[in-house]
Amino acid sequence: MTTLIQYLQYFLNGITLGAIYALIALGYTMVYGILKFINFAHGDILMVGAYTGLLTYTALLGDSTNGAWMLIAFFLAMLVSMAFCAILGMFIEKVAYKPLRNANRLAPLLSAIGVSFILSNGAAWIFGTQSRRFPYPFDDTPIVIAGLSITPHQILTIVVSIIMMIVLTSFVNKTRMGKAMRATSLDQPTSELMGIDVNHVISMTFAIGSALAAVGGILASFDFRVSASMGTMTGLKAFVAAVIGGIGNIQGAMLGGIILGILESVGAPLLGIPSSLRDAIAFAVLIIILLVKPDGILGKNEREKV
Amino acid sequence: MVNFLQLIIIYAGIYALMAIGQNCITGYTGMLSLCHAGFFCIGSYATAILCKDFGFSFWASLPIAAIASGILGFLIGVPTLRLKGDYLCIATLGLGEIIRTVATNLNPVGYQSVPRAMLFGYQFSARNKVQFILLIWAFVLIFYILFQQLAHSRLGRAMAAIREDEVAAQSNGINVTKYKIGAFVLGAAIGGVAGCFMTAYTQTVNPSSFTFMVSVMVLCMVVLGGMGNGKAVILGALIVQFISYFPQLVGLSSVIPAQATQIIYGLCLVVLMIWRPQGLLGRDKYRYGDPRSTKERLVGFFKRNPEKKGGRA
Repeated sequence: MTTLIQYLQYFLNGITLGAIYALIALGYTMVYGILKFINFAHGDILMVGAYTGLLTYTALLGDSTNGAWMLIAFFLAMLVSMAFCAILGMFIEKVAYKPLRNANRLAPLLSAIGVSFILSNGAAWIFGTQSRRFPYPFDDTPIVIAGLSITPHQILTIVVSIIMMIVLTSFVNKTRMGKAMRATSLDQPTSELMGIDVNHVISMTFAIGSALAAVGGILASFDFRVSASMGTMTGLKAFVAAVIGGIGNIQGAMLGGIILGILESVGAPLLGIPSSLRDAIAFAVLIIILLVKPDGILGKNEREKV
Repeated sequence: MVNFLQLIIIYAGIYALMAIGQNCITGYTGMLSLCHAGFFCIGSYATAILCKDFGFSFWASLPIAAIASGILGFLIGVPTLRLKGDYLCIATLGLGEIIRTVATNLNPVGYQSVPRAMLFGYQFSARNKVQFILLIWAFVLIFYILFQQLAHSRLGRAMAAIREDEVAAQSNGINVTKYKIGAFVLGAAIGGVAGCFMTAYTQTVNPSSFTFMVSVMVLCMVVLGGMGNGKAVILGALIVQFISYFPQLVGLSSVIPAQATQIIYGLCLVVLMIWRPQGLLGRDKYRYGDPRSTKERLVGFFKRNPEKKGGRA
């Protein structure tokens, strides 16, 4: 029975990891839904978010060890980081992607890669290359329930992710802006004719996606530490998650993130391969999904018309 | 300084070979692939293993490295080329990462002191850079001419047709799958050749040097120079290498940190893409019947608004 409990433990860890992937994947999927381009700089925005969160948190905290203030400071830091990343995302869109909206498809992709270089190396220049630990805003002793251990930061990750996803879903489905976003991703020229300010919608999409990435970055830094290169792999995997779920589909990104997290966590022990091959599992899953159902699990099958 | 210039030219030559391969895949046939690091890796390993463990000479290992990469390209290509555009990009990206992860897990240190390349009893060593430059750029020239011929042949026109409109190409009797896989295998094989030269020059193979960034850099060279334009991708390779090694070249590597170079590189990418989204030299217009001479075209390029834009339609 010990093995079953072990697998349940991997499963639980996978859900936490998947929740982080899902948050980041949402940014990729929203941008792709509207602009049809892979925002390679998204992973680095999550790194910027983690650094902003860390710096704000340590600055707010000072020498205080008051438990309640630690939690408040943590959430304040998260809000500051979200706001900062939202502005950064909008700024990057204005400067680096907007002039290329009518160029060939590769131009914005390369521009995004350029932005990614600037952000990751800028951070490495300012903060140095060594990674830092994000201090827990609470006592992080694992809680053991029926042989399964769950740490408070895992609970925090899951709770924050669920709240973010609910807020986002209701924003997209209930508000005017959300409706405009859905319309723009369906058909940009028509929605422009209907009086939707497409530029504003695109800006908002980048702002929301980047804010979610900031949250994902802060939550990820509990597990992965904060470093200038943390965004590359996490970003790539989140993108894989978005594709698995069906890129352009918000529910798909959430589902894809959770699935990828679980597979990555359970896959290595299940197949009996070293955990250093975890990354290979993520990409192998991606390729299998792409071959079986190229539009992802929840993606719509778009037929090409001549 | 001269030493460094020579080093840059050697690396630019190796990367130019890769860029020629990537150009065949992305520039001619219009497939967005991001696993040239994987082909580079296979080529490097093939040469290292053959020369070190089996006593092959460099020249014997060269075609085998190309064939090995070509076979890998075929294996990757057959299942993934059904995918379109961005999906292909992600699938190939994933495969490139898988190759690197597996290589790291099999042998994390790689190979050291691989035997040097010999030609008519002459030994190419890393110390005599001029000879190595000649060797590599001779190959760049050969492959440039070969691919230029390919682009202007029936094959190249079929690839261009696929790039412009797959459905239209298919309805004109072009076997799209065959040409796509063919272009992919060719591009992969050239990536293998580049890997072979890398091993011959550095005499070491290390799995950590085949990251996703290498694939991105090769793609940058192709897009920066101008897709589907043989001269342009070689120029792109030179420019990217010059930017990457600029501080070392001017002897300021102690003043300018490595990150600053990368930031400049990123800035260059963004600015160049906004200024010239079609790449520095743009597409090779000659093929579509541009009647202007080279001089006229040069003038036209610097004027930016040439009167005879595009020539006769």
